[in-house]
Amino acid sequence: MTLSAPARWALRATMALGLVFIYVPLLLVLVNSFNGDRTFAWPPHDWTTQWWAAAWANEGARQALLTSVEAGLGATAIALVLGTMVAFAVQRFRFFGRDTVSLLVILPIALPGIVTGIALDSAWRSVMGDLGIGKGLFSVVVGHATFCVVTVYNNVLARLRRTGTNLEEASADLGAGPWQTFRYVTFPMIRSALLAGGLLAFALSFDEIIVTTFTAGPGITTLPIWIFNNLFRPNQAPIVNVVAAVLIVLSVLPVWLAQRIAGPEAGASRT
Amino acid sequence: MTDSPTPAIRLTGLRKSFGAVAAVTGVDLEIGDGEFFSMLGPSGSGKTTVLRMIAGFELPTAGTVHLGGRDVTRLAPFERDVNTVFQDYALFPHMTVRENVEYGLKVRGVGRSARRARAAEALASVRLDGFGDRRPSAMSGGQRQRVALARALVNRPRVLLLDEPLGALDLKLREQMQVELKAIQREVGITFVFVTHDQDEALTMSDRVAVFESGRIAQVGTPAEVYERPASSFVAGFVGTSNVFTGEVARGLLGRDGTFSIRPEKIDLSPDSGVPGAVGLPGAVGLPGVVAEVVYAGPVTRYVIDLDAGSRAVVVAQNRHHGAPLAARGDHVRLSWHDEHVVEIPTSSKETADA
Repeated sequence: MTLSAPARWALRATMALGLVFIYVPLLLVLVNSFNGDRTFAWPPHDWTTQWWAAAWANEGARQALLTSVEAGLGATAIALVLGTMVAFAVQRFRFFGRDTVSLLVILPIALPGIVTGIALDSAWRSVMGDLGIGKGLFSVVVGHATFCVVTVYNNVLARLRRTGTNLEEASADLGAGPWQTFRYVTFPMIRSALLAGGLLAFALSFDEIIVTTFTAGPGITTLPIWIFNNLFRPNQAPIVNVVAAVLIVLSVLPVWLAQRIAGPEAGASRT
Repeated sequence: MTDSPTPAIRLTGLRKSFGAVAAVTGVDLEIGDGEFFSMLGPSGSGKTTVLRMIAGFELPTAGTVHLGGRDVTRLAPFERDVNTVFQDYALFPHMTVRENVEYGLKVRGVGRSARRARAAEALASVRLDGFGDRRPSAMSGGQRQRVALARALVNRPRVLLLDEPLGALDLKLREQMQVELKAIQREVGITFVFVTHDQDEALTMSDRVAVFESGRIAQVGTPAEVYERPASSFVAGFVGTSNVFTGEVARGLLGRDGTFSIRPEKIDLSPDSGVPGAVGLPGAVGLPGVVAEVVYAGPVTRYVIDLDAGSRAVVVAQNRHHGAPLAARGDHVRLSWHDEHVVEIPTSSKETADA
């Protein structure tokens, strides 16, 4: 397609503007975490790492980081197992209500977090509590897993669709039992899809705040919640900034990795 | 039909339906040890489904599959002593060529060094020594085809199944692989079951051919039997081209009732001199007609003739003399043939061929 020179420049400018609006504020957070001035005077006069040191020394922030990592890993683990299983069921078998199951699995990512939150909250109050399972880290993990499953499910489903069952048939034909086929053929085939799905799931869980608010038990504070709680305390502002910077890095990194994994693989996985 | 007391493969009353669609509607067949057996038929005739039931990928709706005298109807693919060369080769993309070839040995617990040796031997037998460290994606279609063959043969199965393995290759390579496959089969001496829709392939490579028609076998026999004495008009039309005359036309042409087939290359073409019966081969019948089409095809020329008695006939003549064709469009010609080349086709297609 050819575009006239003015049109090309107009489109370039629009794109640049859009990217600036998205990424300059994020960059500002990162830069400000090294800003020597307590009120973030701009442009920064002097640079410091004292806020990072202070954040690291802050017991609450460290505890929150640990909680977030635990919740993220837990939710990712559940998502990997359940997402893979559902993807196999939906792609490899025909059964009554297959399309419905597919829809029900994808739905939680579209549901407003507040709805999921309220629903899980009442479930925990009225059912789980009676069973002796109170709110705590576990309830947060389950809450996050509801939408983390989707990323794994979608990734694995797409991969299974693309690769078909030929290779597994070939493996069985050559004498491999079901477990050997899974280990040597199926798993290597979906490995990168699992990694990409898992990283996305972790990133989703790591910065989640709404569902977390409704499902966290007393004393459970994830990083986003900690930020929210400390946002309006003026003397905490520099530390909040540092924690936000950490959150940015830890959320962007998995997504970037997931893209790198899914990218080149997409073209070369089939002969 | 087979000389060995226990055939390599015996299929009895084999049927397979997918929902309401009947893919295979009753197949009885015995394939002998060491035989090169082809299943020939148009797409959708059930030949691939029969192959997949032998391999164990499909469970028959009815009937049994015996391999070497053992009932394997309900056994999984990995419990059967057969290997398959798939249409798209199905090589494992995340493994090297050597790992692909070693796979069957590895999952059966053959030790590393024995595996290495046998894989190298198998790769050498398909002329791919030195390619072991490559990925399948770095190889050409013909090379992948040979890797797939080596990967199956290295397990020394009792039966090798080949599902249109040459379909993706270009003509030259395909002809070359036909010769190689046949040579390899003679060397290893195991039973080959070869599925194809290409009648040339089936005729040139096989000891016996089964012609499939809508889920059942229309005829089983040697290539010559199937070609020279087709058991039904379907076989006559599918295996090679054929002139099939029936009803009024047959009575008019041959003076007999029934269905008759004459191969195009068995018909002689000569200019019409106007004297009935005076031309053509001695002792042959002669029929007048008008040339409707002349198709030059290199080694041969095909003539389509509108017969005066009604119906059309195709004649193939070798281009032994360069220059002018035997006849041009619109020419009046006479067709003649030896009576022995007229094959009467059993009209009731109910009785399937001998097995």
